[in-house]
Amino acid sequence: MSLSNIYVPYLMEIESITEEAPEVRTFRLKFKNQEEGENFNFKAGQFAEYSVMGGGESTFCIASPPTRAGYLECTFRRTGRVTNALSKLEVGDTVGLRGPYGNIFPIEEWEGKNLLYIAGGIALPPMRCVIWNTIDKREKYKDITIVYGARTVNDLVYKNELKEWEERPDINLITTVDPGGETPEWKGEVGFVPTIVDKVAPKAENTIAIVCGPPIMIKFTFPVLKKLGFADENIFTTLENRMKCGFGKCGRCNVGKYYVCKDGPVFTLSQLNNMPAEY
Amino acid sequence: MTPEKKIIDRVALDKLYESLKAAGNKMFAPVFRNEQTDFEYNPNASEISYNHIQTTQSVKNTVFPKIENLFRFESSQKGVDLLNIDFTKVPRVVVWNAHPCDAAAFSALDSVFNWDFKDEIYNSRREKLAVIGMSCIKADENCFCTSVDLNPGSVKGSDILLTPLANGTYLAEILTEQGKAIADANASLFTASNGENKEEVLAKVEKQFDHSKVTENLANGFENPFWHEFSLRCIGCGACAYVCPICTCFDIQDESKAGNGRRLRCWDSCGFGLFTLHTSGHNPREIQSQRWRQRVMHKFSYQPDRNEFIGCVGCGRCSRACPVDMNILEQLVALEKLEVAK
Repeated sequence: MSLSNIYVPYLMEIESITEEAPEVRTFRLKFKNQEEGENFNFKAGQFAEYSVMGGGESTFCIASPPTRAGYLECTFRRTGRVTNALSKLEVGDTVGLRGPYGNIFPIEEWEGKNLLYIAGGIALPPMRCVIWNTIDKREKYKDITIVYGARTVNDLVYKNELKEWEERPDINLITTVDPGGETPEWKGEVGFVPTIVDKVAPKAENTIAIVCGPPIMIKFTFPVLKKLGFADENIFTTLENRMKCGFGKCGRCNVGKYYVCKDGPVFTLSQLNNMPAEY
Repeated sequence: MTPEKKIIDRVALDKLYESLKAAGNKMFAPVFRNEQTDFEYNPNASEISYNHIQTTQSVKNTVFPKIENLFRFESSQKGVDLLNIDFTKVPRVVVWNAHPCDAAAFSALDSVFNWDFKDEIYNSRREKLAVIGMSCIKADENCFCTSVDLNPGSVKGSDILLTPLANGTYLAEILTEQGKAIADANASLFTASNGENKEEVLAKVEKQFDHSKVTENLANGFENPFWHEFSLRCIGCGACAYVCPICTCFDIQDESKAGNGRRLRCWDSCGFGLFTLHTSGHNPREIQSQRWRQRVMHKFSYQPDRNEFIGCVGCGRCSRACPVDMNILEQLVALEKLEVAK
């Protein structure tokens, strides 16, 4: 049959599994069909529908950057039905993947600017893709600052990569944990992400801020950025509304007339200001 | 093509039905059974209802089934095998005796399933669909097609539109190439028309509101207290969405046993709290009034804005089906007069 069926996923094999934090793991996925893999192109910010046959389908970002060819990665926390089914899989098992869907971070427009990444908890994965994408093209950007916070030291994801970023002289990494989440050995900051951003006070001039995190963190970080002088159109975030299809038909991810799956997931604060608070 | 007009009498109409059925089409026609009139596949010609005002359900099922198997999967030594379904083999379907509201709804469905990504499963069914419409000579207080750019004799969406005339015969307007092929293949059943006027037999449906004014008010009406006041009764049962000819919200789920099963797409509704619930427990549309607002906004604001159609054909089914008597027409009339800040 020659009919193209937009609901049929690519079959991916789990190449490796990394335990990132309690109940959080990363799958490195390889296309079972090499040709499909070679034709798969995506850009930072886009997402995919991942599935376990019989376990259901769910939406996550693509956590690896397009600059690293040959594999895709997704990071998820075991929480609901689909992530529970995913958590039972082992290396060599099969995952379905549809995508890529959604819009992108306009990283080419950011060339020549400073980048300020602000992430909280399990929201580092959607940002990791664009972070690595810009680090892999490091010469095109000025200062790169990453502020990353989690509830506890144990909840910080991508611990090896945090170490790598910390050691690089061309990246300014600030990690923080919520008060009470620190360990005796912890050398990072202690405090909520908005507080730490206020304390670090990155300069707004010629800087793009990218903010991903739980709604409460985003809510309190925006005013801090505004106070530091960031213009709304220079503040980017991603929305995470529930989705099924990923391509603008199933009807659940819309915020007013905007579909997060089509018009997002990447939005600027100036765009959000013109959208109803339905996210 | 230029529409042609012919006449077909009642006996010949039954013969046309049997002829289309005999040609291998699955016929989808309204039947009065168990105290309600609804469409069924392949009833006998003698069972078909021609005197109902409205069927309980719409005809969207023909192109957007309640459950569509998207593909099957089987566990194998390699892990999992996907078994594609051959959608080129879906049957030819003739929607028989659909009112103009139902016929018009197909263009909205076409738009939803093709506005960006092309849903070839939908398209494979749609390409094999023919619509024999039937003008309305009766309407009730829930009908409001004339308020949404349609009328009891609209030709939109029909391949052939029939209108029952006072003398017991039917005026047949042959509107598309597909309609012409049907008429040509059954030419002996039709006679020439002689300037019969369908307007005088059509049901009278008063225009109740100006939909462009509703759309204009909705653009600034997101935060209006209207939504809360007008939806306190809503029990979130989703009946309105299931009987609507245009509602297309769907869910995707797996059904399987021992690693073998199917992924399916099934009807869903924006009226349900689970529809938008995040795994974290956060819900962007947490209370029923927000979900009711979504339903009305989607049809009268978002779809006109994004897809250039009104997501409503005025069939009145949602008002008839509502277990707590919420009336969409009443609400739209109120929305037309809504005071909104600009």
